[in-house]
Amino acid sequence: MNEGGAARRQLRSYVFGAVGLAAVVSLAACSGGTSIGGNGGSGASSSASASPYGFTTAKQDAGATITVWVDSNRVPAVEAFEKANPGVKIKMVTYDGDANGSDTFRTKSELFNRAGSGWPDVVFTDDDNAASWGSLGGTGTGNLAPLNQGSKQLVPGTTLDGFASGSLGVCTVNGSVYCLRNDLAQNVLWYNKALMDKWGYQVPSTWEQYQQLAAKVAKEHPGYIVGTAGDAWTPEIYMWGSECPASQVTGPKAITVNTGSANCVRMAKLLDGLIANKTMSTQSLFGPQFVKEQGSKVLMLPGPDWYGGAVFQGLIKTPKGQIAVAPALHWAGQNPVTGAVGGGAWWISSHSTNLAAAVKFATWAATNSAYQVDLAPGFPAYKPAASGWLAKQQSSGYWANDIAAPITAAAGQVWSGWVPPEFSQESVWSTTVLAAMTQGKTIESLLPAWQTAIANQAKVDNYTVKQ
Amino acid sequence: MLAPGHLFVSGYTVLLVLFGIVPVVYSLYLALTKPAGGFAGFGNFIQTAEDYRFLPAIEHVAAYIGLWLVSLTVLVTLLALVVHRLAARRTKMFIRFAYYIPGALAGASSVLLWLFVLNPSVSPVSLLLKWTGNGQFGQVIQPSHLPLIFTVIAFWTGAGGWILVLYGALNTIPADVLEAATVDGAGPVRTAWRVQLPMIGKWITYMLILSLAAGTQLFVEPQLLSQSSFGVVSNYYSANQLAYQYAFNQNNFNGAAAISIDLLVVALICATVLIARGRLFKTD
Repeated sequence: MNEGGAARRQLRSYVFGAVGLAAVVSLAACSGGTSIGGNGGSGASSSASASPYGFTTAKQDAGATITVWVDSNRVPAVEAFEKANPGVKIKMVTYDGDANGSDTFRTKSELFNRAGSGWPDVVFTDDDNAASWGSLGGTGTGNLAPLNQGSKQLVPGTTLDGFASGSLGVCTVNGSVYCLRNDLAQNVLWYNKALMDKWGYQVPSTWEQYQQLAAKVAKEHPGYIVGTAGDAWTPEIYMWGSECPASQVTGPKAITVNTGSANCVRMAKLLDGLIANKTMSTQSLFGPQFVKEQGSKVLMLPGPDWYGGAVFQGLIKTPKGQIAVAPALHWAGQNPVTGAVGGGAWWISSHSTNLAAAVKFATWAATNSAYQVDLAPGFPAYKPAASGWLAKQQSSGYWANDIAAPITAAAGQVWSGWVPPEFSQESVWSTTVLAAMTQGKTIESLLPAWQTAIANQAKVDNYTVKQ
Repeated sequence: MLAPGHLFVSGYTVLLVLFGIVPVVYSLYLALTKPAGGFAGFGNFIQTAEDYRFLPAIEHVAAYIGLWLVSLTVLVTLLALVVHRLAARRTKMFIRFAYYIPGALAGASSVLLWLFVLNPSVSPVSLLLKWTGNGQFGQVIQPSHLPLIFTVIAFWTGAGGWILVLYGALNTIPADVLEAATVDGAGPVRTAWRVQLPMIGKWITYMLILSLAAGTQLFVEPQLLSQSSFGVVSNYYSANQLAYQYAFNQNNFNGAAAISIDLLVVALICATVLIARGRLFKTD
């Protein structure tokens, strides 16, 4: 009995010893810690001190395969590039593109920073706030490569100048440009010309006229809708266009939020009125119910330029010759401004081991007509490609009027007072406003809650909030 | 010389150390240090507790666990007793198989299945949803319904396996004990309440402990629901999701570790209470 007990005690001490050893070993291995916010990230090697590109690059390998992250809509860009450039080896990874505020790119980047490896070379995002967290220096993680720094810029100035003015603003931090804008998503007014002509309605040019028309539609043709308010990007259409100061980023970590201001309230009242008379849908456009229940009853939709392809042609499949575009709505007495919903961008990783190929691909995807004119679903941010895109859209014969003029005009009218911060405004709106709307609350009554939610989320991300 | 028993357990011990003990020790280390290094004391715990999302997340998890553990215990025990009572062997076999099938689906797959069931426009039970006044997906997933929804999903996935476990436990009761009870005039309910349940008490406690541990770590269901509802259900609904946000959205692994240790401590306390009261390790 004694012997057995001694053996058991010995075994137990072995087990504890092993566990303790394992713990100590793991702690020692991990005590290297992580440096957060370091310049150039932890993947930079010592072989290049300051490269001609203005940041410390990893060891370059001209033949390395580049990893490209795209969403499903951008897969044709990769395929077209591979066809045109068979010499460049690409590994394509599809992900959600950061849509609907999912923040996947940032989440994965933090993980890779922690592990010290795994970064992709080129990333496409729908959500343009990557520069707010990924820039070099300051509080940025240094994941992104600046495109216009150093004695030899990664992307020449002539190319960068070819993008629509202001379009690179979202990814510029302290003068360093971090992205190539893929498309602009300025809001215009989409409408069904066939129905408008049939019923003798005039296309509204102000929000006031839009409101009056909606009242008429509610009486004469109930069931038809003039807009949707059930999407995560609803504030970027209506609130942004009304110059509502809900996302006024005034500094790297400073934001001003005042959803109680008159500009926000007037739009909230408009939306509530239209929801009440059932001319504004509260369903999500890309949810399972919208197409079935309201797809064929769309009279008008204020929305970004990519609604044309994605919503009317792709989702609802409206027959050709019916849909037309009018200039963006504005309040009477307001300068014509509009909002924007997304407009993706191509980002290059500062950890890339094949910067030449990465830059080649990103530049090609953002500027080359073989993708941007022929295949891209949205209005290109690169000016030469934009005019080609408009011409091609018009020549397809799908549209009932000349779509180039209103879309081009709106591109220059995007209000600069709304800037995407580090956190996703879309997910704040979804969680706070959309969730309560389904229980029947009015948007006007939710404005204070929206304010609190934005302020809370901003504080979590260490913003100073001015309310 | 290692006894056969030790050899048998050695594989498990290695895995326990690698995937259980080491991560816990590492989390403890992270929770007590600052991101830039250095001892932080309870700083991380205080910082996460003051986050505006912390208390709601804890409340959500508490509501879910309360609902789930009660329904799990009652229903699983009831169903196990019913299966045990059935006379026909074929029926027993079939029912055991049917109970087990949902559990064979991996967690995320079963949630995806439920996403279809919960959506009135594609659900096979859409009439039922509409009758209860939830004609739109947004109404189905409103905040007050969520603990119930997650309970239903967790029950559907997990209950089957536990019914089989309790069924096996019921089988260990000697037949003559049950005969004696019948002879004494006890009906099925009396037998179940007075004879069978006390004898499988340890197994019920075991089920409660494991379900509690899994329940505090609620993650997959709210995360998938958040994505499929385009953010209407927040992505910080449960405490585990909040830890995830801290780690991967705010690059604050120390805060994430603090939340994880909070959950661990709560689970350990509850488990200790259950073990002591259920006399789980008491041998006759």
